[in-house]
Amino acid sequence: MIKKLLDKVKEFDTKDDTEPRSKKLYGLAALYNTPNEIIEAAAVVAGKGYEKFDVYTPYPLHGMDDAMGLGKPKIGFLSFTFGLIGTCSALLMIGWMMGIDYPNIIGGKPFFALPSSIPITFELTVLLTGIATVLGLLILFSKMPKLNSPLNDTEFMNNVSSDKYGIVIRTNDDKFTEDTVKNLYLSTGAYDVQEIFYRESNLTTKTPIFEKKFIGAIIGTAVITAVVSYFTINYVLYDIQPFDWMWMQARINSQSKSDFFPNKSGMCPPVNGTVAKGFLPYDYKGMPDSSVKLLANPLAVSKSVLERGQDRFNIYCSPCHGYFGEGDGRMKGLFPKPPTLHSVKVTSWTDGNIYHVITNGQNVMPSYAEQVSRDDRWAIIHYIRALQKSKNAKEEELPK
Amino acid sequence: MDYQKKPLPAKLGKIGFALLGIGLLSMIASFAVNSHRAFFDYLWMYMFLVSIGVGSLALVALEYLVGATWSTPFRRVSEFLASIIPLLVVLTIPLLLFGMHDLYHWTHPEALATDPILQAKEPYLNISFFTIRIAIYLLIWVGFFYLFIRNSQKQDITRDPALTKQSIKFSAAFAILFVVTIAFASMDWMMSLEYHWYSTMFGVYYFAGTLLSAFAAATFCSVKLNENGYLDKKLGNNNYYSFGTLMFGFNIFWAYIAFSQYMLIWYADIPEETFWVMMRMKGSWSYFSIGLVFIHFVLPFLILLPRSSKVNPKLLSVMSIWILVAHAYDLYWIIMPTYFTEGFAFGWSELGALMFAAGLIITVFKYRADRTNLIPVGDPKLEQGLNFHLN
Ligand code: HEC
Repeated sequence: MIKKLLDKVKEFDTKDDTEPRSKKLYGLAALYNTPNEIIEAAAVVAGKGYEKFDVYTPYPLHGMDDAMGLGKPKIGFLSFTFGLIGTCSALLMIGWMMGIDYPNIIGGKPFFALPSSIPITFELTVLLTGIATVLGLLILFSKMPKLNSPLNDTEFMNNVSSDKYGIVIRTNDDKFTEDTVKNLYLSTGAYDVQEIFYRESNLTTKTPIFEKKFIGAIIGTAVITAVVSYFTINYVLYDIQPFDWMWMQARINSQSKSDFFPNKSGMCPPVNGTVAKGFLPYDYKGMPDSSVKLLANPLAVSKSVLERGQDRFNIYCSPCHGYFGEGDGRMKGLFPKPPTLHSVKVTSWTDGNIYHVITNGQNVMPSYAEQVSRDDRWAIIHYIRALQKSKNAKEEELPK
Repeated sequence: MDYQKKPLPAKLGKIGFALLGIGLLSMIASFAVNSHRAFFDYLWMYMFLVSIGVGSLALVALEYLVGATWSTPFRRVSEFLASIIPLLVVLTIPLLLFGMHDLYHWTHPEALATDPILQAKEPYLNISFFTIRIAIYLLIWVGFFYLFIRNSQKQDITRDPALTKQSIKFSAAFAILFVVTIAFASMDWMMSLEYHWYSTMFGVYYFAGTLLSAFAAATFCSVKLNENGYLDKKLGNNNYYSFGTLMFGFNIFWAYIAFSQYMLIWYADIPEETFWVMMRMKGSWSYFSIGLVFIHFVLPFLILLPRSSKVNPKLLSVMSIWILVAHAYDLYWIIMPTYFTEGFAFGWSELGALMFAAGLIITVFKYRADRTNLIPVGDPKLEQGLNFHLN
């Protein structure tokens, strides 16, 4: 499809001008072979007092403005003015935004600081200068948009946009008579002189900008651009979407405000004393371990309990304590090294004591109540006992 | 082309000699009075000569490299200015032999013994490696100076275009070496005055200054010579315009680099970087620093902005001297706060150093100009350069 489009463009580009030309002369055009010839010719034409003429070259020629007697270019004033406007508006804008409207502390700097504003000021200065220069050249000096000049799609235009240099004196110049101009051209070394006639449409439509098609196209583009950018910008900046999707239905999110309850909170905390299903409150939370010795292990030792305990121990405890509880876990320096679980202290502890450490944590070791269920904790304790026994068993305890 | 050499007035040589003599005497006196201060003045003067000399050689190389024609008739001017380079060797000796202790605190053994930062930098910042580096820079500059000058002189007689081709090859090599050596030279000579401080933009900063001052010096000499009829009648606004534009452009480049360096330090706000700026904000230095912004950038920018000022020979010669003064001002701003810690001062010993530099440039220029054509008559691009048209 893109290829088709490109072909279309190419076809349009190379198509000859089919619009009929009128009998009315627009001007006389001459073609030259070298840049020096055209500069001399322009100087002669300007010297003879012609005013309504222009020179067409494939690239800018140094010295042409002098030869044509154009005087000093005034575009510089426009550029300078807009440059200044850019500088001032950037400083005002930053001063207003950063200093007054939305002051923010950034890195302990003053709200409005010159050094950090300079890059933006510079950019805006250059931007406005550039835009003013380009648009000024096009609109003020080249009188654009004037898209249907009678010169377009002529052989003359083809030549001067590749490798020839041309000049056109228009018939509306007071001094214009066909013979004098033609002689003037030939005397300055033109190798070809051509008559350029107006198109029919040039005579009927004065200003193409006011043509219905043109205005329609402009308005259409403007409307489409406005609508599309309205929705996109709203979506990007403020998350406002043109349509509601199902996930956008009205609801109260957690942590948000609601007028439904008298306390205006969208979330209701549970009634005091509520106990979650499958959860038993731990009465000794935060207490020293001396007070919890009374708790006894509710699980009976069995193969499945020990296997469960080993499984949980390897997952939750071994990273720090090591697979055999010797305090040589894989954390290796990332976390304080725990003491061995085979110490006299832990071996002589009651099960309730170990249960307390798992549930409550101890110093840097955090509580594992959230990760390990109550029964699993007791299973782990059975497993720790088995580990201890495996290291410290006495001769007479071994099965005969 | 029919070039008739017109010798430069003898008065010029006398002025140069007088300046050189007075400058030398005042510098000797200054060493007797206060050698510490005298060495800072000396370094200041030395760096100014490096900017003009090595920068001018870079302009010569640049012209070969990009094949510029507009500047070919003026190339001799930059060659004459670059003739300072061999003298730099002589001027370096007092600095290396006697000046290191006065100028560079990092050469003090007691500083090295107590300062861990300096200890870390010691493998680079030590006197023997420093001397080797300076010798390498000088070797490169002097070597290329002789290559370029030899080819250019020979071409006046043989008119052999192959010499231009060879010089283009030299230029390609020198372009790279110039950037590297000038950046490292600036770090060694000037950044190490405050050896705790570092800025990765410092090399570019000095690079911008050298090229700018070399352009300014070339502009001044070319415009003056040509206006007084020493070069060629065909030369004029078309060529001046390029001088004006390049001076203007490089001034903006300098400002861009200077501001970038300042803004990064300001933004990051790290003590080991900000102290260098704070030294230049202390006491009367703060006025000096603000002066730098206006003298070096704002005023020349506004004055050189209109197109008409770039084709006005009078204004151009004034502005090129202005830029040279601004460059000296800039170097003073970089070097002197290490000595004048409380506020800046400008006395007869600084003036003497400046006069010495000016006298040296004029004398060398006159000396070379008396022995050579003022225009490279054998250069194949010369004809194009003489007929160069801009507007
Ligand atoms: C994040 C690492 C880490 C994990 C995982 C961990 N512990 Fe600990 N544990 C420690 C540290 C560290 C100590 C020592 C605390 C102190 O300084 O009192 C410790 C102490 C202990 C003690 C007391 C030892 C004594 O001598 O005071 C026991 C018992 C214990 N842990 C059991 C467990 C059990 C069972 C698990 C698995 C549920 C487990 N730990 C998981 C780091 C951990």
